[in-house]
Amino acid sequence: MAANTSLMAGQKENGVSITARRIIAYVILILVSFLCLFWFYVLFINSTRSHQELSAGFTAIPSSHFFENWINLKNGTLPLFNGIFNSLFVAVVTAALATYFSTMTAYAIHAYDFKLKKVMFTFILMIMMIPAQVTALGFLQLIDKMGLDDSFTPLTIPAIASPAVFFYMKQYMDSTLPLSLIEAARIDGSGEFRTFNQIVVPLMKPAIAVQAIFSFVGSWNNYFTPALVLHTDTKKTLPILIAQLRAADWLKFDMGQVYVMIAFSIFPVIIVYLLLSRYIVGGVTLGGVKG
Amino acid sequence: MKKKSKVVSYNKWGYIFLIPFVVVYLVFQMIPLVSTVYNSFFENYRSGLTQIGPNFVGLKNYITIITNGDLPTYFKNTMIMWVMGFVPQIVLSLLLGAWFTDPSLKLKAQGFFKTVIYMPNLIMASAFSMLFFTLFANSGPINSLLIQLGIFKEAYQFMSHVWSVRSLVAFMNCVMWFGNTTILLMAGMMGIDPSLFEAAQVDGATATQIFYKITLPLLKPILIFVMITSLIGGLQMFDVPQILTNGTGDPVRSSMTLIMYLNKHLFSKNYGLAGALSVFMFIITGILSLIVFKFTASPEKK
Repeated sequence: MAANTSLMAGQKENGVSITARRIIAYVILILVSFLCLFWFYVLFINSTRSHQELSAGFTAIPSSHFFENWINLKNGTLPLFNGIFNSLFVAVVTAALATYFSTMTAYAIHAYDFKLKKVMFTFILMIMMIPAQVTALGFLQLIDKMGLDDSFTPLTIPAIASPAVFFYMKQYMDSTLPLSLIEAARIDGSGEFRTFNQIVVPLMKPAIAVQAIFSFVGSWNNYFTPALVLHTDTKKTLPILIAQLRAADWLKFDMGQVYVMIAFSIFPVIIVYLLLSRYIVGGVTLGGVKG
Repeated sequence: MKKKSKVVSYNKWGYIFLIPFVVVYLVFQMIPLVSTVYNSFFENYRSGLTQIGPNFVGLKNYITIITNGDLPTYFKNTMIMWVMGFVPQIVLSLLLGAWFTDPSLKLKAQGFFKTVIYMPNLIMASAFSMLFFTLFANSGPINSLLIQLGIFKEAYQFMSHVWSVRSLVAFMNCVMWFGNTTILLMAGMMGIDPSLFEAAQVDGATATQIFYKITLPLLKPILIFVMITSLIGGLQMFDVPQILTNGTGDPVRSSMTLIMYLNKHLFSKNYGLAGALSVFMFIITGILSLIVFKFTASPEKK
């Protein structure tokens, strides 16, 4: 470890320690991956086993009752199909509204020079962190007065004002949308609205895709607001149905059904994620921290 | 002159494109915010079948909520569970981030590991906690596994001990969020000038020294950003403990969080106290957000 050992010796020592560090890194990474995947594995195994098998103890091998559990759940009392449909509808509409209108808001700030530009930008950044929970009381009273209680409108329309999506879109535009392109479109006689829809939105596709996924997942997973807004059984979304499952006397439940139900609320998102993970992980990096 | 007037006419489109955002924001967030604050000054609840209020009571709701002892307890619960989840999360994320960005380590299958660690972040928190509830139930798979392995003689009642429930909540939060934190920290680490690392290596610094003397100090702004956004998220902790404990925060309300408390008031239509609690949350979040705002907005001014 003397300071003046030869370069060769130094490199060799360095090489050995790198191998050791690499092994430690792999071991920890494998442990961490196991920690992440183990739950999915147990969920998968348990959703294929019958109630009797489940109460007999844990095994690592899947059984053959998956479709039986699914059919039992389908014919059971929980409005499962309504739940899946409601969740899908709300999440798709939310994702579409949030991305389209956030792109529009970002475009307004990015492409035009107007008096309130700086004020608006600062304002939107400031409200970004206000959680939905702190305005929930006023929100519930408002939708009650507007007659929107127990409907999907209060779960979807507010997505038009999504400060976080706006911020991401603005960041993306700063790096990829040259103003000269908009000028060129103007010279060619394109109206402002048409320029936005036919030139800006297609150029923003990668950013829109990333944010659409996040909005979709956020809405699909949201429990707080839907639980306060929706009351009719057939209008409820999946997270509320799962919460009901928890509140019911679950010991009397067929546990195979419970696991299948959880699987159905998790796996669609996981499959979409695995197909698009390259973009998602990159997208988080892109929008999360300013370069 | 003619040209200038044309520029001005384009710029009015800036306002036009802002209309949807502003209208929706005013209606669905500004009005609710104002009416939440307004409600906090009124006595307004149901006692059995009789409706009490709304009567103006000034700051009485705030005094009630601070002095009746529940708020400090729930605040403490929330913070305990946040810290228990955040500390392992940040340690793990720093470690993984440093490994992923270390060019001399050349880790293989990075794409696979990054994909896997981010996966739990996408799960429905309610489904994840329901899954944990069934897994850790007295007759659940974890207990039967522990008994089969001979670690326990009889089932450990995870749901009836204060610290096991808190640990489960913290553990779930950690698993769900460390992938996201890792990616944020990685982005920060990749932004550090690589010549600094090279210079340190030439000078004979070890990997540990480089991490503590170069990576950590330069990462400080992002670490603070991550910490405060996580704290804001932690204050909003709801789904996981709500479903795990069926909304009761049991045992003895030791895992009841602030938002679970708010949710309770909203369901029982106790608008006065719910309002005061919301304002309290708003002020804390506001202060924390201002700090975050300072960290995100400062590069914009360059």
